[in-house]
Amino acid sequence: MLATDILSILTRELPSGRFEVIESLDGMPTIAVGLEHLLATAKILRDAPELRFVFLADMIPVDYHPRDPRFELSYLLVCPGTAGFGDTPKRLRVKVAVASGATIPSLSSVWMSANWAEREAYDFFGLQFEGHPDMRRILMPEDWEGFPMLKDYPVQINSPVKTYEPLQVTEEEFVANIEETRRAARSAPRPK
Amino acid sequence: MGNELQRVPPAHPVHHDKDLPFLLTTVEWVVQWARRSAVWPVTFGLACCAIEMMAMSASRYDIARFGAEVFRGSPRQSDLMIVAGRLSRKMAPVLRRIYDQMPEPKYVISMGACASVGGVFDNYSIVQGVDQVVPVDVFVPGCPPRPEALIYGIVQLQKKIAETPYFTRREL
Repeated sequence: MLATDILSILTRELPSGRFEVIESLDGMPTIAVGLEHLLATAKILRDAPELRFVFLADMIPVDYHPRDPRFELSYLLVCPGTAGFGDTPKRLRVKVAVASGATIPSLSSVWMSANWAEREAYDFFGLQFEGHPDMRRILMPEDWEGFPMLKDYPVQINSPVKTYEPLQVTEEEFVANIEETRRAARSAPRPK
Repeated sequence: MGNELQRVPPAHPVHHDKDLPFLLTTVEWVVQWARRSAVWPVTFGLACCAIEMMAMSASRYDIARFGAEVFRGSPRQSDLMIVAGRLSRKMAPVLRRIYDQMPEPKYVISMGACASVGGVFDNYSIVQGVDQVVPVDVFVPGCPPRPEALIYGIVQLQKKIAETPYFTRREL
């Protein structure tokens, strides 16, 4: 299915939408979508009977630092083309331009796999996703400062390595902890 | 390497008079001999260097020849930590905790370029040398070091143990 066919279906389903076909070097159908129509477009791409892109393979943010809008998101969609999931196997690349500081609608309600992909985008690029159920870092340490994949983030940092002090308990606290655990085990109902 | 891979010679000779039914040596030498002859590494591999570490402990290279083949599953039973691979800043607290859980005396081998100086990973997420986190006894260069090189490192560590006085505690 050509990108122009997908575009005509999208325009039919969402007449107010702003869509555009992009030439891609690898020949994969690619369309650009306005950020304001992203969530509605995603639902159409998943549910329209001719399309049925039921699987979000990946979501890739790119930082084009001095340019405005600064970020670009690429959503890689897959239609497996098996029974109940579309007529033919096909793929689609959806590109969204995102300005710095813009709020992006979360697609985790449309595709479950967007959950971790968006957490990774937040972790490395600081992008904010609205409506995400669990917006926190996924790979970097939770107390990390900054977003390391941004173009203006330093490659090397010379801060001291954090190791944390081991938990130290006194003998009285140690005994009290064990007694507390035993008390809880005694009062818990026995499994039958 | 040839002669370098021979067993560590005794630092103090054992005196044995054939007419007398006992041996004479020092407590210091016996303790050092016991420590260096059974170095138990902790099972701890971070990256591709761990593959060479496994090859070193398997039959082809066989560090059992040097008394260091028992990879323990618990740091509480181990003497040696081989930091095999790149250490990320997120992993650094874990490495430090495992080191803290090992009983004294304990030794650390930094295996490979990444563990020693960061290697090619000169970036924000990799610790540029594990000596920022734990005290290192032996650095083994290479990317990754061949099993022979790591065996040489263990033999160097055994020499170091043989020269470490028993009655002075290691300062961390």
